[in-house]
Amino acid sequence: MQAWRIDVVVRSDQQDPMGASALRALRAAALDGVEDVRSRRGYLLAAELTEAQVRAFAAAVLCDPVVDEFVLHAPGATPPPPAGRHAVAVVPRPGVTDPVAHSVQKSLADLRLPVVATGTYRVYDVRGRVDPARLLQVARKALANAVVQEVLLDALPAGLPGEPPLPDLRALPVPLAQLDRAGLERLSQDGGLALDGAEMLAIQRHFAGLGRAPLRMELETLAQTWSEHCKHKTLTGNVRFEGRTIENLLKSTIARVTHTLARDFCVSVFVDNAGIIRFDDEDSVCIKVETHNRPSAIEPFGGAGTGVGGVIRDVLGTGLGARPIASTDVFCFAPPDLPADRVPPGCLPPLSVLKGVVAGVRDYGNPMGIPTVNGGVHFDDDFVGNPLVYVGNIGLLPTARAHKQAHPGDVIVALGGRTGRDGIHGATFSSLALHTDSEMVSSGAVQIGDPITERRAMDAVLRCADEDLVSSITDCGAGGFSSAIGEMAEGLGAAVELQHAPLKYQGLAPWEVWISEAQERMVLAVPPAKLDRLLQVCREEACEATVLGHFTDSQRLVVTFAGTVHADLDLHFLHQGLPVRTQDASYAPPPRSEPKLPPETDCGKALLAVLSDYAVCSKEWIVRQYDHEVQAGSAGKPLCGVRADGPADAAVLAPKLGSLRGVVLSNGLNPRYSKVDPAAMAECSLDEAMRNLVAAGGDPDYTAILDNYCWGNTRDPQALGELVRATEALCALAMTYRTPFVSGKDSLHNEFRAADRTIRIPGCILVTAMSVIGDVRATLTSDGKRAGSLLVLVGVTKDELGGSVYYKTKGELGQNVPRVDHQLGRDVLIGCHRAIAARCVLSAHDLSEGGLGVAVAEMALGGRLGARVDLALVPTGPGVHRPEQILFSESQSRLLLEVAPDRLADLRANLHQVPFAVIGELTRAPELVFHHDGKGLAKVPLDAVERAWKRPLDLDGTLVEAAR
Amino acid sequence: MSAPKCLILRAPGINCERETLHAFARAGGAPSFVHSQQLLAQPERLDAYAILAVPGGFSYGDDISSGRVLAQEIKAALGERILKFTQRGGLVLGICNGFQVLVRLGLLPCTQGRLEEEVTLTHNLSNHYECRWVTLQTTKSRCLFLPAGLTLRWPAAHGEGRLVARDPALQRLLLDEGYAAALYVDAQGQPTERYPQNPNGTPLAMAGLTDRSGRVLGVMPHPDRSYLPTHMPDWRRTQIERGQLPLDGDGMVVFREMVRLARAEG
Repeated sequence: MQAWRIDVVVRSDQQDPMGASALRALRAAALDGVEDVRSRRGYLLAAELTEAQVRAFAAAVLCDPVVDEFVLHAPGATPPPPAGRHAVAVVPRPGVTDPVAHSVQKSLADLRLPVVATGTYRVYDVRGRVDPARLLQVARKALANAVVQEVLLDALPAGLPGEPPLPDLRALPVPLAQLDRAGLERLSQDGGLALDGAEMLAIQRHFAGLGRAPLRMELETLAQTWSEHCKHKTLTGNVRFEGRTIENLLKSTIARVTHTLARDFCVSVFVDNAGIIRFDDEDSVCIKVETHNRPSAIEPFGGAGTGVGGVIRDVLGTGLGARPIASTDVFCFAPPDLPADRVPPGCLPPLSVLKGVVAGVRDYGNPMGIPTVNGGVHFDDDFVGNPLVYVGNIGLLPTARAHKQAHPGDVIVALGGRTGRDGIHGATFSSLALHTDSEMVSSGAVQIGDPITERRAMDAVLRCADEDLVSSITDCGAGGFSSAIGEMAEGLGAAVELQHAPLKYQGLAPWEVWISEAQERMVLAVPPAKLDRLLQVCREEACEATVLGHFTDSQRLVVTFAGTVHADLDLHFLHQGLPVRTQDASYAPPPRSEPKLPPETDCGKALLAVLSDYAVCSKEWIVRQYDHEVQAGSAGKPLCGVRADGPADAAVLAPKLGSLRGVVLSNGLNPRYSKVDPAAMAECSLDEAMRNLVAAGGDPDYTAILDNYCWGNTRDPQALGELVRATEALCALAMTYRTPFVSGKDSLHNEFRAADRTIRIPGCILVTAMSVIGDVRATLTSDGKRAGSLLVLVGVTKDELGGSVYYKTKGELGQNVPRVDHQLGRDVLIGCHRAIAARCVLSAHDLSEGGLGVAVAEMALGGRLGARVDLALVPTGPGVHRPEQILFSESQSRLLLEVAPDRLADLRANLHQVPFAVIGELTRAPELVFHHDGKGLAKVPLDAVERAWKRPLDLDGTLVEAAR
Repeated sequence: MSAPKCLILRAPGINCERETLHAFARAGGAPSFVHSQQLLAQPERLDAYAILAVPGGFSYGDDISSGRVLAQEIKAALGERILKFTQRGGLVLGICNGFQVLVRLGLLPCTQGRLEEEVTLTHNLSNHYECRWVTLQTTKSRCLFLPAGLTLRWPAAHGEGRLVARDPALQRLLLDEGYAAALYVDAQGQPTERYPQNPNGTPLAMAGLTDRSGRVLGVMPHPDRSYLPTHMPDWRRTQIERGQLPLDGDGMVVFREMVRLARAEG
């Protein structure tokens, strides 16, 4: 379609940050010879507008009259690039969500101009001695993502995409009665259904009994509903392990802990989008953590953004609607400096993944107005093909709204974004292994988010909830309408008239509309008497809402499109017909041994090396890009201390404005331990989450936890055995800690098949912990407060350098990975909390990666103080002789406390029998001084600590400078 | 004297409305939400209020440029009406995205008393969004409700906060003639163009503007995220040093003074 093209440029006498940023990106991608980059923001307006209309619109809306100017190109014109420059144009591919194009249309309407088709693009005008072919090649990666964007050299987009071909609206049967198991498996694979032979046979049997073939939409619905993503087939299946059969792994481990503990603060567990616990007499808080690994591997920006959007909708659709109040995000990446020859074809460079994911979280979470308050980033080479993107959200809802139930006769309302072809087969895609070609083949499963559409949906849903207009609600996530409506209809029935679904563009077949995972959509069950009011509220909030059908009592899911039946499924079969999977699992410990290292000659240098490891270093470059203040609930920020650069252990929120009641939120994970023993990894995840929580002032006895699995490939018995082992260790500790699981998630196929090798991630269970506290004024930060304070180490330091950062800096893994002494662990958490609640403690910091050395360094740096520590005073276990063991052991259940000298007796009284020792003090001199056995061991200036700790992820090159 | 009525504007993508409402209520105002669609349908509703607040957020996604689409939407129906609202004694506060909207409407700095875009708030020199606490110094400005000489810590959280005037002479004039109501300052209290104390690279360190009449204030950093004592970034140190927390956070002064002035004039 022909279009006007409008190039808006920053005037040459003005700064052009977008151009400068592109210049940095090109140089970082090793493109030599670039001297300067200027940017253009391009707009396409369909040719039916007149030149005068376009000119007036550009001047009024597209161009900033203070700093910009614009150039208009007539439809069909082929303007050359600016003299002496190459023009790199980045254009969204057809069908990719382009929210700006929609806003352009809105402004056309506001100016009473014809609302025509629109599009956008960006251009970078590059000056310098560069080879054009090489420029194009670099720009494709450094300035764009080929999955969602096309890159043109010295050309502008020819016009707007034309009308798509008409869709096939027929309800076609898929004949499968004659197929054998292999044939069925092939059908599943060719169709991207991700169903195994047994599942396909069950479907074949079901339809044989009905005497007909399944319609395509029916088969797609079954594939979505039965996907690993939706049904957790592995975790809810049976496992034969070490001579026993575990029936329904999830139920007999994770869920059993919760049901056995029967904590009275649990309001709703495992049944809803998110787990719900009581907050105060009126309200509850709910929490959910999701993974969005696959999409993020292929298109980090869109993948991470829509992950955030998805988990926000999870919370929004919890109970009868919860207000999202905070996000938490944890990532696992390959190290940003991984050499290019170790990045297999088909994988994006780790630094691009990191930057894209951070930008995606930023550009979805911030516009939504939901603070990202807490998180973590972990690094290991084996995440190169499968980066992990954990996205979590918590919400606040009246406890009276915690339960939902649709009724026959309720109207099915779809609300929010429109449906497009984006995200088709996301649920089944996430159940398959990634491979070299995934980047292009699976691009339909990748989407770009539109946060403002979701924000409108959120505003509308919460108003409707406040007015009691809905009887049930859920989000459209994996499987789209098919899963959302299918789940709500369980035990009832539904009649859907799919032709009413609003589409982003024409050309979708009915089955595509039904399973599309287009973002920003919610499904509501609305009593007929309340429908008019609901639609009115949606209009007031400028949020599109459409009636799609109604719930019935037929126990059938019936979907028609313009009168033709496309699906008529027995809901019992849909939800209960999935064959239970039984898998074999085994566990053989990997052959690991302790390295024979010479005694550390320079503990100060070793500490700086540990501080510079990606696992330990400052994440400030990431944190600052997230809005952690919006909603004004922040009472404990991700960065703390006199210069707001110390790391916080957990987030503290006071979500009800004017109330001091609070929520403490933390995470725990260390993928490296999993390489030695997945059981240690699992225990340590829980212990770390709890230590972080307690250090910030959380109450370990009023804490709910979430388990979030990411595993390599659980179809391999050893991998599944590792998972079982990890799960059992986690559950045993959760029983002792009396922390119920309230929600969880799993992503069990994180394997990358490169040409010559298969790369599997280490098994990870992220534990997220959320505590409710009475008064946020009793919470703490990790930064040291006063010179002269005592440094108190609680817990026991053991010979546990296995999997440590210290070993990593020596190129070793080791064997003695930290394990948790359950009773000691609980005593430490309870004792420290009692002391903190009694205001005996000025600051507290958990000991995790990097051990005591890092904890002391971070506490001192946050407070811009020095510290003097005598390692000989540290309570140790057997086999601990060398100072580097004391300094860098990652033994669990340890916290570093800052205590005023006159409060030491109170501290002792509150800690009861928990082992602890005064190991030194905070000092005014800006240096860390370590002694051992009466001898000076190391003296490290604080500014060296700061440089070492901030430099690795100082991606703008401003953090170290800014600290001066 | 009854509590002054405050109109807290809502719009798609505005997302700081709840804290803005709570801050005005805490200051003794009588705030309520009005959606831009409602106000466009009945612009005269504005006249019933003493204070108009345009909260922060990402109105319409800040697509095209920050605040542009919302400003365009309401300009015809509300631009002149808001100007008259101030001339009749109304007070206006724009925070972050709200400031951007007021600038695009020509309500700030409005040196000639008529609606034209004299300045812009454009991309940070870092080219990305950033959330960090900054220190501000309030100036002897025209603003009728922001006292001079205060040192305030508020959080900035924006990607397009670099305030650039149509020409360098106007940029200078804004400072010299009392339009620049708050400046980014460094640790020594001196106005600064240096990152990160000046988070976006605004020439002459301007963080907030008032208009010719002093009845309109726009600020990039957020008083609506710093009005409670527990909002402040290092309140634990304060609590330890003083034994207790102060009553307010640093942002509260804006809401208290606006409500006080509205009450005094009302």
